[in-house]
Amino acid sequence: MEDFWAFSLWAVRIWLYLVISLIMIPAMFGFSLGISETYMTILVKTLEWATLKIQRAKTEERTLNMSASNSLILRENGSMEKELEELRRSRPKSSVGGDFTFSDCFYFTRRGIESIVEDEVTQRFTSEELVSWNLLTRTNNHFQYISLKLTLVYCLGIFIRYCILTPLRLTLACIGLSWLVIGTTAVGFLPHSSAKSWLSEWVHVICYRICARGLSATIHYHNRENIPKKGGICVANHTSPIDIVILCNDACYAMVGQVHGGLMGLLQRAMVRSCPHVWFERAEMKDRHLVTKRLKDHVNDKTKLPILIFPEGTCVNNTSVMMFKKGSFEIGATIYPVAIKYDPKFGDAFWNSSKYSMVSYLLRMMTSWALVCNVWYLPAMHQQEGEDAVQFANRVKSAIAHQGGLVDLQWDGGLKRAKVKETFKEQQQKKYSSMVVGDDSNSD
Amino acid sequence: MGSRASTLLREEEIEEIKKETGFSHSQITRLYSRFTSLDKGENGTLSREDFQRIPELAINPLGDRIINAFFPEGEDQVNFRGFMRTLAHFRPIEDNEKNKNAAATEPLNSRTNKLLFAFRLYDLDRDDKISRDELLQVLRMMVGVNISDEQLGSIADRTIQEADTNGDNSISFNEFIKVLEKVDVEQKMSIRFLH
Repeated sequence: MEDFWAFSLWAVRIWLYLVISLIMIPAMFGFSLGISETYMTILVKTLEWATLKIQRAKTEERTLNMSASNSLILRENGSMEKELEELRRSRPKSSVGGDFTFSDCFYFTRRGIESIVEDEVTQRFTSEELVSWNLLTRTNNHFQYISLKLTLVYCLGIFIRYCILTPLRLTLACIGLSWLVIGTTAVGFLPHSSAKSWLSEWVHVICYRICARGLSATIHYHNRENIPKKGGICVANHTSPIDIVILCNDACYAMVGQVHGGLMGLLQRAMVRSCPHVWFERAEMKDRHLVTKRLKDHVNDKTKLPILIFPEGTCVNNTSVMMFKKGSFEIGATIYPVAIKYDPKFGDAFWNSSKYSMVSYLLRMMTSWALVCNVWYLPAMHQQEGEDAVQFANRVKSAIAHQGGLVDLQWDGGLKRAKVKETFKEQQQKKYSSMVVGDDSNSD
Repeated sequence: MGSRASTLLREEEIEEIKKETGFSHSQITRLYSRFTSLDKGENGTLSREDFQRIPELAINPLGDRIINAFFPEGEDQVNFRGFMRTLAHFRPIEDNEKNKNAAATEPLNSRTNKLLFAFRLYDLDRDDKISRDELLQVLRMMVGVNISDEQLGSIADRTIQEADTNGDNSISFNEFIKVLEKVDVEQKMSIRFLH
């Protein structure tokens, strides 16, 4: 019995030494030993091989040839005017008393049915559908029996992911987070000086590097000359809380957000000691003036770190960018847009917050293959003359969507929880009315 | 999300739906995963609220009428079979389907069934007639507050006059078919399903 304990203690110690020497030290100084690169190469090769196998099996069955697009229907995207015009072609236009035919409802019906089959909003809040199975039992592709070889690889994958990678990643995450709490608290006791902010940045970066390794993140940064600078606001599309780890691996940001409870709250309180993050109480969040003022003060202080904001206000499944809330664009600071695109092949990065808690989401991430993502820094943008905050926000959003290869949507991400506003329906009705009676006779 | 979908739908069920609606195997499984993701109550049926949660449908002026078409009279739940039956009205008519119709029962996506779907949107009380009052109510849904009662009334009057051939001041399904005989219903009431 004693032998057993001695042995397990020894094993744990070796394990920790290995973790520290092979991962922690490189993380501290920001270099890599090439282990994760090797893992990635093997992984990419394996998945390519699996895809090939699956496709071959599929063509043999002559089921369906996978098209590049995953959509179920082809939408008719003509405007209301054009489509109604076409519908009415068969019938002479009467000038008196307004223009209506029974067939007008065809347009609304088809649009309605199309949105039932496939819509732009609700699908953004569920995991992205994959074109090909990635040997994980998640998203739309469940376990499929294709061949014995593939099943063996799948089982081996389970073993590696759950028995080797997960404990390793958990160790790293624990070390990283406790490092952050201890480190930032310690730095918080130092007097204000340039050394303090330098130390604080260093503590933060180390923590994020360790955490990134804890998720086996492979991040490709593009256009690093555009990296956000002090006194600006960095805006990015939002997929999951991991976005923060991804961005902070490369630079330091001041965070803005609501004070949370639980694990998040503990981290927030520790972080704010060493570095001026902007946390709001729930009640304060509602006071728009206060929020704007505190952000303005932060931005005007050129010594403070750039603020990181996710203006979508909610996590979207990384296939699209939804409406940007205008708040961060009203401050008048330089905006540094950043596009983040995860590779869904290696694991689903989207946090479906209405379905999973933070911890269970992180566990899912840690049992995935890896986290591969691309980050593009876009050139700084400024509000142009004659442009209001909403237009500016839309311009930034389009730039991010275009760079990240994401769909640019007008819809509000808040629809995840709230119902759509009546005014949108009224707009449709107004548009239709003007087709019935002509533009000039609109009542308002 | 949709991951449970394909496992819960039995193969025989798929076959039956295939026969009834004409959808392909893969279309049925895909639509089933859509069905389950809309089914927030996770009880295998959809309620009106489940439909209303789709923002694009919620802003559709005729959204409520379209949702209503999925529910048989007096019921407030629709299962996957019923869901598919309604969607089947919007399958495009394929060339090989045009000819074989005569023998078998009329497919759900025939011109007549497509027109019947549209007719029912206007026929609020399901008495197989569109009265002036019903037409006015549906028109009001479509235009909102933007057109005066008076003007809408004259539009309704004129529309009924034009279509009403037997002088009962309402529109029967046959009269409805007659009015729309020149319209390309087959195309305008179809959705291009892929695969």
